[in-house]
Amino acid sequence: MSHHIVQAENVYFAYPDGTDGLAGVSFRITHGESVALVGANGAGKSTLLMHLNGCLLPTQGTIHIGDLPVTKKTAAAIRRTVGMVFQDSDDQLFMPTVFEDVAFGPMNMGLADAELHTIVMQALRRVGADYLQDRPPFKLSVGEKRRVAIATVLAMSPDILVMDEPSSSLDPRARRELIELLRTFKHTKIIATHDLDLALQLCPRTIVLGGGKVMADGPTKDIFSNADLLAQSRLEKPLSMQLG
Amino acid sequence: MSKADTIILNLGYLDTLARADSPVHRLDPRAKLLTTLVFIVTVVSFDKYQISAMLPFFLFPVVMIVLGGLPVGYLLKRLLWVAPFAVMVGIFNPLLDHRVLFEIGTFHITGGWISFASILLRFVLTVLAAFILIATTGFYTICLALEKVGVPNVFVMQLLFLYRYAFVLVEEAARMGRAWQLRAPLRKAMSISTFTSLIGGLFLRTTDRAQRIYRAMCCRGFEGQIHLSCQLNWTWKDTLFLLSCCIVFILFRLTNPALGLGRLITGIFQ
Repeated sequence: MSHHIVQAENVYFAYPDGTDGLAGVSFRITHGESVALVGANGAGKSTLLMHLNGCLLPTQGTIHIGDLPVTKKTAAAIRRTVGMVFQDSDDQLFMPTVFEDVAFGPMNMGLADAELHTIVMQALRRVGADYLQDRPPFKLSVGEKRRVAIATVLAMSPDILVMDEPSSSLDPRARRELIELLRTFKHTKIIATHDLDLALQLCPRTIVLGGGKVMADGPTKDIFSNADLLAQSRLEKPLSMQLG
Repeated sequence: MSKADTIILNLGYLDTLARADSPVHRLDPRAKLLTTLVFIVTVVSFDKYQISAMLPFFLFPVVMIVLGGLPVGYLLKRLLWVAPFAVMVGIFNPLLDHRVLFEIGTFHITGGWISFASILLRFVLTVLAAFILIATTGFYTICLALEKVGVPNVFVMQLLFLYRYAFVLVEEAARMGRAWQLRAPLRKAMSISTFTSLIGGLFLRTTDRAQRIYRAMCCRGFEGQIHLSCQLNWTWKDTLFLLSCCIVFILFRLTNPALGLGRLITGIFQ
């Protein structure tokens, strides 16, 4: 199953205005792994995520998804493998109804009619949002929007799920439900987050980014027990570990 | 809540009305769209001093409101909101056009006043028709109908995005306005410089968001064309509705039944 592997080799990226985004990032994530990407604000988390499906291309170094290098040419193919859930669900839900929105991806892949309907409803049921299918996205709560956003990605049956701050602005209950939902996914998951408790519950492995570089990469528990590393990367021990 | 805010939310309410069920709601959106267009064109095509011939056209909105079960009070209130635009367009007519058309007792009724009233009447009829179309069809379905009758995909998409993100944009603008108000509690109006930087900020946010939305679309295989999945279904009822409405509108346009009725009544009494 080599196509589920995500590999970054010495990736550099600078924004057009000269700001450094990434300064030599390397890692390898294998099939079925759940990896948390943590780091201070501006550490390069979102920039790195954008590289994983070709929204941004490295100025130096390479990223491979399975056997394919991420380039302009391969981007279309890679985007079917790598599903991306954006931080602001309003950016992701642009169609007039929830059903249309979830159908957007599969339709671009050429599905239609009954087959399309089945896939869309399956994805909506998977996240427990099938009752929302006729609603316009702007009338949903943040928690509902996030679920639908995840469904839009699931409908394209990706092998790898990439999420940017999935638990941000959710109420505690919605956050808990989201964690339970994500736990049931068998995909390779890469989750960028400030919610270290979520990382602890969902991801056995953590990569710490700082100043566009990988500061640490290892088992989540070990990383969150390393007080020096946490302080250096402007992080704090997750609450559940502080209490324990 | 700011005014723009409420207007947008009300547009959302019109859309909610569209999810009800009635004979009018069940008509094919293309039939309603074309009928509304023919209605608007015939109403607008009247001579500038015409009033009486337009009155029979109120039959259409009234029938649609009754059959569609729409809240009359609500629609009329919304009409008042947009009314200032129509008033602005016509307000100078009475000042510019002094030609006396007829007299009632000692009052001289000038052409300006007549054309002003005519503009207001046209405004009420056309805007009401548009409201009814949205409230019985829904914005999205109208876009779908537009595409099916041959409007280029690009324009339909523009409309859809405009509608979808108007809500987000207005919310963002309202937040910025509130943030300003909280830090300038004693001021009633924004200074020009504050206003321009606020608008500038809003513009930058909007372009940022556009970029993110485009990325989100690309991530899901967007290649320049958005497909709409919903299917429409034209029946003989739609043909009947469209044809009979058009015939009635054209008949009303060519004859002037109000005048005819008036003559008939005065004829009986003479």
